[in-house]
Amino acid sequence: MTVALASVLEIHPQVAVRPEAFGALAYHYGNRRLIFLKHPDVVTVVQALHDHPDVQSTLSACGVTQDRWPSFIAALTSLETSEVVREREITG
Amino acid sequence: MSAKSLVEEMKRGLDAPICLTWELTYACNLQCVHCLSSSGQRDERELSTDEAKKILDDLRDLQVFYINIGGGEPMVRRDFFELLEYSVSNGIGVKFSTNGAFIDEEKAQRLASMDYIDIQISLDGVDAATNDAVRGEGSHAMAIRAMDNLKAANFGQFKISVVVTRHNVSQLDQFKALADFYGAQLRITRLRPAGRGADTWHELHPTNAQQREIYDWLLKHGENVLTGDSFFHLNAFGEALPGLNMCGAGRVVCLIDPIGDVYACPFVIHDEFKAGNVRDEGGFAKVWKKSDLFLSLREPQSAGACASCGAFDACQGGCMAAKFFTGLPLDGPDPECVAGDADEALSVVTRSSAPKPGMDHSKPITLTRKKLPVGA
Repeated sequence: MTVALASVLEIHPQVAVRPEAFGALAYHYGNRRLIFLKHPDVVTVVQALHDHPDVQSTLSACGVTQDRWPSFIAALTSLETSEVVREREITG
Repeated sequence: MSAKSLVEEMKRGLDAPICLTWELTYACNLQCVHCLSSSGQRDERELSTDEAKKILDDLRDLQVFYINIGGGEPMVRRDFFELLEYSVSNGIGVKFSTNGAFIDEEKAQRLASMDYIDIQISLDGVDAATNDAVRGEGSHAMAIRAMDNLKAANFGQFKISVVVTRHNVSQLDQFKALADFYGAQLRITRLRPAGRGADTWHELHPTNAQQREIYDWLLKHGENVLTGDSFFHLNAFGEALPGLNMCGAGRVVCLIDPIGDVYACPFVIHDEFKAGNVRDEGGFAKVWKKSDLFLSLREPQSAGACASCGAFDACQGGCMAAKFFTGLPLDGPDPECVAGDADEALSVVTRSSAPKPGMDHSKPITLTRKKLPVGA
């Protein structure tokens, strides 16, 4: 899947994120993979996904300027592939 | 950020280890000739259950995602399952290494019922003769029985963990087939001259021609085979192998030994690489974040004699522990430098002048080698 601005995402429930100087480490307890989030802003966005309706509003809320959106879409696509983030499940 | 700059970040150390090995006990039913921790007999100073749980509390607070438990044979501890459950309930996954002696049908089912547990069964030969020469008589059958039990209990994908020696390099394809048969994942790691391995490394470590074989094999199969990133010294052959190409000691890796001493990595149980003890004030977190040793290992390291070698970026000078216990300078080539740059230095180091492993918990009489213990 390619993540789009309209995608509705969340951190995968089996993933823990630990901040580090370079960004963060994410660990997926299901597939036992360690993933590097290589920029603090990506970490901020990933952690904010759940609080906003979609990717675009998350990026705006995190103060990511529009010229950087394509690189964030690419980063989120890669994180979706490695199951750090996933399509949000609608509950309740 | 490029892969290279990520490695540079990792060299400066992480806020918490990503590969923490915790040897739960020095007690072991086996007496492998290459045992990294010279295990055999329990140390009376061994951490209590409460102390072990306090470490797990600390690791949870540090957000350590998972730990690698070993020994000795960790399953000989009576509180083994209690600690496993405590760890997992605190969000810390456990991968433990075992010789399989205690994985009977019941234990296999119990393990299969738990989440976030990985098991590594140690096996150093596909046949009993090759394996038992290193790990002791009956140890091959022991491991196979454990794997049969795990398979029957539908544990899922456990790991078969192989230390590569000159006697099993030729079996790599067979190990892979064995892992495939069990639905397991193969893990192969480098033989280190640590613990009792310091005495046996010279006879057991792969020849240079075999190192090339290992490298070629890993290039072909590397994506599906775990290595603990332990073969990065082979990157000097050419294309980089998958994994982190650096020494992680004290930066992303460390060892907690059964009595709570914290070492830079599982292969350097020696005072020179001891950073502190979890029983000290501040516990593990302070040792990881503040110890002089770990802070110094996170400083830029000199390439020393390797600085002029074109392959240094590829191999990073190899493994600190391998150099240390073979008596080589730490800022020079790895004893298994594929360019042969350590051969001359190795030839003038006598075994008696090389550092001796820090502690020895070997049983007084070895089961696998019928000779008197040193000093008897």
